[in-house]
Amino acid sequence: MNNQENIVGQKSNALAKAGIYIVLGLLTVVIVIPVAWVFMASVKQNSEFYGNPFALPQGIHLQNFVDAWTTARMGDYFMTSILVTAMALLVLLVVSLPAAYVLSRYKFMGSRLLNTGFMAGLFINVSYIVVPVFLMFVSGDKLLNSMFGHSFFLNNPFMVAVVLASTSLPFTIYLLSGYLATLPKDYEEAAYVDGAGYFTTMVRIILPMAKPSIITVILFQFLAYWNEYIISMTMLTDPNGARTLPVGLLNLMKAQNAKAEYGQMYAGLVLVMLPTLVLYMCVQKQLTEGMTLGGLKG
Amino acid sequence: MKKNKARSRFIVACVAPATILAIIFLVIPTFNVFRMSLFRWGGYSPNQEFVGFNNFITLFKDKNFFQACRNSILLIVTVTVITICFALLFAAILTREKIKGQNFFRVVFYIPNILSVVVISAIFSAIYDANYGLLNSILGFFRGEADPVYWLGDQKVVIYSLVIAMVWQAIGYYMVMYMASMASIPESLYESANLEGASRSRQFFSITLPLIWTNIRTTLTFFIISNINMSFLFVKAMTGGGPDGATEVFLSYMYKQAYTNSTYGYGMAVGVVVFTFSFALAAVVNKVTKREALEF
Repeated sequence: MNNQENIVGQKSNALAKAGIYIVLGLLTVVIVIPVAWVFMASVKQNSEFYGNPFALPQGIHLQNFVDAWTTARMGDYFMTSILVTAMALLVLLVVSLPAAYVLSRYKFMGSRLLNTGFMAGLFINVSYIVVPVFLMFVSGDKLLNSMFGHSFFLNNPFMVAVVLASTSLPFTIYLLSGYLATLPKDYEEAAYVDGAGYFTTMVRIILPMAKPSIITVILFQFLAYWNEYIISMTMLTDPNGARTLPVGLLNLMKAQNAKAEYGQMYAGLVLVMLPTLVLYMCVQKQLTEGMTLGGLKG
Repeated sequence: MKKNKARSRFIVACVAPATILAIIFLVIPTFNVFRMSLFRWGGYSPNQEFVGFNNFITLFKDKNFFQACRNSILLIVTVTVITICFALLFAAILTREKIKGQNFFRVVFYIPNILSVVVISAIFSAIYDANYGLLNSILGFFRGEADPVYWLGDQKVVIYSLVIAMVWQAIGYYMVMYMASMASIPESLYESANLEGASRSRQFFSITLPLIWTNIRTTLTFFIISNINMSFLFVKAMTGGGPDGATEVFLSYMYKQAYTNSTYGYGMAVGVVVFTFSFALAAVVNKVTKREALEF
């Protein structure tokens, strides 16, 4: 009797297991197929897009990448994206690290106010303020134009980087100071006894210990900056000027409706995706662990 | 005394750059959103005219704005509910069941989260393409290819096409989130439940869910706020609000008014209403979902 129940139990268990694998497999397919399909489509010839979309490419048509890189200016955009991402990361780290260090480990007049202020900043969403920032740049350029005869703020990748870095300050400071606050105070005291100044203590002693949280910040913000498009689309308005990859791709998508340059577009998509996918494959563990370390992002 | 001076100098030097940048690029623009909502201003012309609450009065009679509200609320509700349910289900499966390749599934499910919204929009445009799209070519097997579904062209369908794309993007992120909190539930609770003969689903509803409830609440609040932003990014890249306003959402409408349409003051009024609405909604959800916190 007991034995029979056991067998029934095992059977339903095996059935449940099979069901679970089917569900997991389904979601895997739903996620992997579209991404893989883009890679396949990027080596198809234009004529192949009028037919069964699941057909394998007739050959490896790498000309798409050449066309995308030169004709569609994806090469320029790629460089701009690298430039903007690198500069934004640099500005962010240089500005946020000292601030997070002082805010988490020093008490001074106004420290509570500043801490609360940066916490409140977590709730300011970029999408709300992108047009005000744009208009600020418009009037700034007007002023510069009347004084020096050329503009500076709009269509300037560096300013895009500064805006990107500034808008991610609250989250970064929150994440870093959360980590820095857990380090014991003894380190600084020992450093002072040895005669190290404040600056030396921060750079030589504390920041090396904050490395895990700094890496988390770099990983997350690299992805965020590389993928971002609302700010760069609004601030880089000159059609012949600098553009980041996502913005260039967006324009290609719109042009593609009229001209049907599918191959170029999918090649461009691969160019945007590839760096993030490669990075993800290398650091996926740190990334998903860092996510829970930093709590939520907005 | 000398040490004190050096200390203050160090503090100021460290904090000042961040504070200045935050004031210029966060505080002043936010302040401007609220201030300019009371003005009639094109954005480029020098004449700004103070109109009080006129922008808001116009707004509450604006049919297009109400359509944007409807779409936004629909997206908030459906995308949030579907994503969180799926994320919980998959998180429970991957943490509770003994599965081969658990790590592989986690890595794959997180992939959409690292892609740009522009990329995802392009992928889904290819999937939804009426003539040569992936979805219609699959459906073609079952219902013939004579009358394709216009996933992005049909006003009644397009919003659900957006829902699918947004859920696709968000599941992995929230799944990883829930997996972390589920992993911290002590194994002994499940062992004793097994001895009592509680089924898998019973264990999920009586042990897992109540114990990670605090986490679900936090994600829910954040989800609502981030969904308003994400729907803007998706709409801007995928449909541009069309066809005929069928996918216009809160922030895409604001952007259109302030930037494209050059009715800046009006756009900022939209921003103020949306901002207030999102926080009110988050607060209400936070209140409604409040339960007594359970400890392990």
